[in-house]
Amino acid sequence: MTAATVTARSARLVSCRSCRLLSRPASFERAGFCPRCGDRLDVRRHGSIQNTWALVVAAAVCYLPANALPVLNTTTLAGTEGDTILSGVAILYRSGSWPLALLVLIASVMIPLGKLMSLAYLLVTVQRGSVQGARDRTRLYRMLVLIGRWSMLDVFVCAVSVSLVQLQPLMSVTPGPGVFFFASVVVLTMLAAEGFDPRLIWDSQEKQPIRHG
Amino acid sequence: MRDRLLAPALACPDCDLLQRLPVLPPRGRAACARCGCILARQTTSSSDWPLALALAAAILFVIANTLPLMDLSVVGRSTSTTIAGGASEMWLRGDPVTGVLVAFCAVLAPAGYLLCVLALLVAARCSPAPAWAAYLIRWLRRLQAWSMLEVMLLGILVALMKIAQTATVETGLGMLALGTLVILYPAILQKFNVHEIARKIVWTNGATPRAQGPHDRTSDPAQ
Repeated sequence: MTAATVTARSARLVSCRSCRLLSRPASFERAGFCPRCGDRLDVRRHGSIQNTWALVVAAAVCYLPANALPVLNTTTLAGTEGDTILSGVAILYRSGSWPLALLVLIASVMIPLGKLMSLAYLLVTVQRGSVQGARDRTRLYRMLVLIGRWSMLDVFVCAVSVSLVQLQPLMSVTPGPGVFFFASVVVLTMLAAEGFDPRLIWDSQEKQPIRHG
Repeated sequence: MRDRLLAPALACPDCDLLQRLPVLPPRGRAACARCGCILARQTTSSSDWPLALALAAAILFVIANTLPLMDLSVVGRSTSTTIAGGASEMWLRGDPVTGVLVAFCAVLAPAGYLLCVLALLVAARCSPAPAWAAYLIRWLRRLQAWSMLEVMLLGILVALMKIAQTATVETGLGMLALGTLVILYPAILQKFNVHEIARKIVWTNGATPRAQGPHDRTSDPAQ
């Protein structure tokens, strides 16, 4: 590959996010739309840091009720019982399928929390103009985008349980208030990851000579 | 073929570095020199494979969404469900917002995604490719993140394990179709190259783009 470290921005070019066409906009501040696919062109996503912070904070607010409130209400002849995400994990563990319990624990508790902390870390380092570890931070961002979707797992588990277990009056399952908050956490963190512009990680490098290794 | 040899310049989507792609060997991949983002994959030359797989996926998609995924029976009573059934029950039993989300991620987004892939593959067979194909590339990128069939499959399996303690659960034909779809989706993606198709597309002003240096591929003259 070439050793030149010219970015599209320093060459006064804009790359389309969807079709990757490089174009030279008439006005650099308002780049307009891609001549090929019509997608919005942004030199850097407009208000990326503010939007991502807002979504991260909103998701963090929803995280607590998502874990504290029951996601499923099971009604049997004996009465109604609420299950939170963690008690669902415990049920799976006790029934002998600990790999599935671990999977649900990772997908529903650890991934959302890890995503929130990682996004906050990326935002803080970008705002501080950190130069070090840009490659690792970009890798972290790519991983966030890749694994974020798996936290939808518990929402689907609830949906399938609710639609299948409808044997009134023996046993029936209804969604609890927690599932709405949990789904919000997942959607908000996904939107936050999509709204973050990874090119910002590299912008602080432009003032310094870039090492290759 | 000539377009490939001319090696168009592109900017890395993750770090904005301008670079030229080398000519890739079969099954080769090109990574960004600075951040390591995968910029291009050399797909196999036959263009019939992805279309065949996408058509098979479309048929399986209809099966997976119409036939029951599984049946549940307790003391002589039984119920069954489909993917869309999961979403509609969620709506009816008190959580419409989550119901819509489930419907979008498990039915609408995968369906839209597959339709985009099919239309793009058909468009890629025209030479030059029509301008509307470019709009589909936009939709493809947006729908990809929200199409969660594989997560849905895993969700069904987890729910199955939970319910299997209290009742007898039998998997249906829809489950088999869904399982196959989950394998087919990445297989199609592996064999089909959006950026290859993008380069064949006619621009809004009617001209076919020439794949050359960044300074030749400048913005629309209408601007």
